[in-house]
Formats: sequence, structure tokens, C-alpha cells
Amino acid sequence: MVDSGPIVSLLDVRRDYSLGAERVHALQGVSLDVERGDYVAIVGPSGCGKSTLLNLIGVIDQPSSGTVTIAEKRVDGMSDREATSFRLHNIGFVFQRFYLMPILSALENVALPMAEAKLRREERDARAAELLAYVGLSSRERHRPSELSGGEQQRVAIARALANHPALLLADEPTGELDARTGTEIISLFQRLNSDGTTIVVVTHDEDLAKAARHNVHMRDGRIVAA
Amino acid sequence: MRAALAQASLIRHRARTMLAVLGVAVATAMLLDMVMLATGMRESFRELLLSQGYDVRLAPKGTLPFDTDATIPGVSGITKVLRTNPDIREISPVLGGSIHIAVWARDVSSAVLGVDPIVQGDYEFLSGRDITTPDAIVANDYLLKKLGARFGDTLNVAAGYDPQTRTYSGQRKLVLTGEARFIYGATEQSAAAVRRETLEALGGGARRDRASLFMVRVRKGANPDRVRDWIATQISTVTAISVATAIAEVDQRLSYFRQLAFILGAVSLFVGFLLVTTLVTVSVNERAGEIAVMRAIGLSRAHVVQQIVIEGVAISLVGAIIGLALGLITARYLNSILSAFPGLPMAIDFFLFQPRAAWSALGLLVGSGIVAGIYPAWRAASLPIAESLRREAIA
Ligand SMILES: Nc1ncnc2c1ncn2[C@@H]1O[C@H](COP(=O)(O)OP(=O)(O)O)[C@@H](O)[C@H]1O
Ligand SMILES: [Mg+2]
Repeated sequence: MVDSGPIVSLLDVRRDYSLGAERVHALQGVSLDVERGDYVAIVGPSGCGKSTLLNLIGVIDQPSSGTVTIAEKRVDGMSDREATSFRLHNIGFVFQRFYLMPILSALENVALPMAEAKLRREERDARAAELLAYVGLSSRERHRPSELSGGEQQRVAIARALANHPALLLADEPTGELDARTGTEIISLFQRLNSDGTTIVVVTHDEDLAKAARHNVHMRDGRIVAA
Repeated sequence: MRAALAQASLIRHRARTMLAVLGVAVATAMLLDMVMLATGMRESFRELLLSQGYDVRLAPKGTLPFDTDATIPGVSGITKVLRTNPDIREISPVLGGSIHIAVWARDVSSAVLGVDPIVQGDYEFLSGRDITTPDAIVANDYLLKKLGARFGDTLNVAAGYDPQTRTYSGQRKLVLTGEARFIYGATEQSAAAVRRETLEALGGGARRDRASLFMVRVRKGANPDRVRDWIATQISTVTAISVATAIAEVDQRLSYFRQLAFILGAVSLFVGFLLVTTLVTVSVNERAGEIAVMRAIGLSRAHVVQQIVIEGVAISLVGAIIGLALGLITARYLNSILSAFPGLPMAIDFFLFQPRAAWSALGLLVGSGIVAGIYPAWRAASLPIAESLRREAIA
């Protein structure tokens, strides 16, 4: 690919929530570009709008105003159907709670997005196995999430996020529920992923994770502020 | 993978799934029994009335067909009139009554029919010799056992018996010649048949030339209702009923009963429906986070809906299959209780299994399972993703 523009481009994005009669202005005019291959950590105090911003980039929420362009495509105002397909093929999501399907094995969890993308069974099983090997869980393919440690579950979730070769990997507090040592494993996995070419945007409180990123974006009260 | 996810989710909550399946099974059994009950009596009445191929019955005016106390006088005259109609092919006058048989010091009583064995349509001859002679008598299995008699034995048969003085009136010797099964008789009831003239003679003249009813068979292609109307104009002492009319009448008498059965069936279907809806709703609410994540990683709304609907259908299908078996067992049990009701012809079934009814019950249940799954599924799949995730994270 010879795309030269930023992979993420937000222009004067606002997001208001109605809370009863009140309006909460979670994002108050955010503009942000993320280049391909970058590794960005969004940091700031709790409630400043980090998750809201990440959800807009991940196309699981829509802005009240402003434009969101991901991989040269306007995603604000997309229909549910378009957004779902866009997420499936372009976005990898990792959450604070690992949210694997408890009834599926690690391999099946990783294969799930590929099944939705209509990959043949042998292909998706092969790739799922490859991805589990990449995150160091080859020996855990047949295990259910309940049989895995927190760190292992988060690594399965990361493998699942990578299933359909996303242009962008998004993570909301990926180390939030892990102890320091396991958190470190995830931090180094992200670093390895980024050096292998994956563009990553994380939201975090974790200073170590933020330090590992190439750039930090600081937020306060729904705005991006200078460091 | 959809089905696998649904299956896995059902297995995860084994106890709950099992209870729901059981609930659906009970509702299905109830539904099936109600459908069987609604159609069973009508169908078996129809079979009973049509089985012997008699199209018109003549009863004494103002009485019901099976009443043996009232009789029609002038059998030979009526027969002569009936013979003038070319549409009538066969005429079978039947005289009903009761007899007393002295066995050692015991008195055995039985219902008896006086018929012409050539044209009778009341019993199925089983073994021995039919009533080809005036002194012959055939009996059903129940009476044979009570008498402890064998074919060829001579019986002392009387028309009347006074238990006070232990005296018989109009006693006569008859030879037990064979065994028969009486179509309109109940299982636990003695029944016998002799020639009509024999029974007339037993009555000592009071029943001469009388019959309790006539069974009339019409020529092929002739209209039984027209024959019935003709009889009504010709013979004033009888009420003519065509079997078709009788069936229609039974049908109408049973229609309230059928409506009740359908209402109860509909209620049980609705209960099953609510059960599945409740279960699927609870299960979906519990998995709100999972569902939001599935949507976030790119699984379509349709995928989520299908997965949840499959759950509902699976519960309904398994429940319905178990319910069909359960329904059949209870129907058989209830049928045996109701059929033992004294005085009922043994050929009457209250519950009649019709594959069509079973299929429609199954179809209705699976259909309601789909509908029951769709509402909670659609709701779950339509929740705003980011908000659901946030709510889950806070919880
Ligand atoms: N669905 C919502 N309804 C109402 N208010 C919301 C909703 N989502 C977020 N908010 C509010 O928006 C602000 C930003 O929230 P969030 O993006 O989750 O912050 P952060 O992730 O930085 O902690 C907070 O004040 C929060 O209470
Ligand atoms: Mg947050």
C-alpha cells in the first residue's frame, strides 16, 4: 500500500450524552491524526473522555458533530450494517475485561471473527493457531477461558483482535485488570506487534504502558491538551 | 459456529435449560392431549357409526337410538314398506333386551340382541357356530367367562327373574354355539345374541313383531338422506336418522367440548411461549457484555439474533419432542380410565392420535420458539455497543 495520509483523522469531534435533562459534553472539539505504524497512548484523568474517543475511532459509537476518517473512509454517519462490516475488516478491539466467549476454546475464540468474515474452516484454524503461537499460547489452543490466567486470556483477546489483519489495533485499559508482572508481558507484546507493523492506539492509566508507546496524547475535560 | 455458540450457552446453564425444556414439554403434552381430545371423540364416533356400512337407523319415535326399553311395533309391516323402496338394499331389525341364565344356584344376567345373523351389523362373529338355528345363542368373552360354559353346552335362559322368590319366567333351553364381539358393547359387560324370533318368543308374546331399532343399508350411489326423508313420510312410528346426520349431531354436541379443548391448548402454547421468552430474555441480559463485544469485533446483528433464536428453537424443539412422548403416554393413560366408564361402547376413544395433530403441535411450538427468541434477540442486538460495554465495565 502507498497510502500516505494518516490512518486515523478526527476533525473537531464532539460527543454529547444526555443524562436525564442534563447534557454531558464528553468530547468538546477533538482533532487528532494518527499515522500508519504509530503507537499512541491516550492518557488523562478518569472521566476526561478517553474511552469515548476510542469508541469513536473504533466505530462502535458516533460523534454528535465533527468528522472521523479511518483508513481513508468517513465512518461518522455510517449505518449499523456498514459500521459492523468496517469493524470486522479494519479494526481490532481489546478491552479491559477480556470478554472472550466463555464457551469457546481459545482457538475458537480467535477464529470467531474469521468465521464471520467467511474464511474457510481450515484457513481460519491455521491462522488462529498461528496467532496463538505469536502471543505465546500454542499449548493453550483447546483451553476454555475459565482455564486460563488473566494474562493468558488477554493475550487470546489480542490474538482475536488481530484475526482479520486489522489496519488498526485499539485497546481500552488492556492492563487494567492485570497484576504488574502480567501487565509487563502485555506491554512487550504490544511493542512487538508495533515493531512488526501494527498501528496501535491504547487508552491507559498505566504509566509503564504509556511510556512504551511512541507518542502520548494527553486529555483533560474532553479536550486534548499539551503535555 | 452460530449453532455451536447457542448450544454452548444452553449447556453452560444446564439446570436452567433443563427446567425450561421440561416446562415446554409439559405445555406440549397438554397441547397435544387437548388436540387429541378435541378430535378423538368425533373421529371414533364416526368410525364406530360407519364401520358396519349401515346408512340409516330407525328408532322408536321420541327415543334415542341405543335405548332398548322402547320398541317399534309392526316389524313385518315396516319391513314390507321398506322393501318397496328400490334404494334400500338391506334391512336389519334388531330387538334388544336382557336375559337371565341359571347356572347351578347362580343367576347370570346379560344384555341380549335378537337379530338376523345374515344382515346384522351389531357384532363380529369370532368362533364356533353363528346363530343359524332358533335354539342357538352366541356370547361375548365376558359372558362366557362368567358362565364358565363351553360351546355345545345347553343353557337355561329366561326373560325374567324374581330374586325374591328365585323364580324364572319364560325359561327356555338354548345351546351355546359361538363367541362374538359386540361392536357397541363395553368391555366389562355381558352380551349375547340370539335370532330375533327366539328373543320375541322368550318375551312370551309381549314383544311379538317388535324391534328396538332397524338398521338400513342403501344401494350404492343412493342418497341416504333422501331415503331417510322417504321413510319419515311412509312410517309414522319411527324416527329415521342417517348416520351422516348422526355424526353431524354428535359433532355439534361435541363442539363446546372441542372449543374448550382448543382454548386450553392455546393457553398451554402461550405458557410455553412465555417460558421460552423469559428464559431467553434472562440469558440475553446476563450476556449483555458478551453480546456487545461480539458486535464490537464485527459480528453482525443478524448473527447475534440467529444465535439467540437458535437457543429458543432448541429449547422448544427438545421440549416439544419430549412433550409429544409425554402427551402420548398421558393420553393413553387417561383414555384407559375414561374408556372404562361403565356403559360406553369399547370402540369409543377419547384421545385419538393423529400424526397431523402431532406435527402441527410440533410446528406450533417450534414456531413459537422462533417468535419467543426474536424479541429478546432483536433487543440485545440493537443495544448501543459503546454504552453496553461501559455499563458492563461499571457493573
Ligand atoms: N453513555 C453515557 N451516558 C452519559 N454519560 C456518559 C456516557 N458515557 C460516558 N459518559 C460521560 O462522559 C465522560 C467521559 O467518559 P469516558 O470517555 O468513559 O471517560 P474515561 O474513559 O476517560 O474515563 C464522563 O463524564 C462520563 O460520565
Ligand atoms: Mg474509560
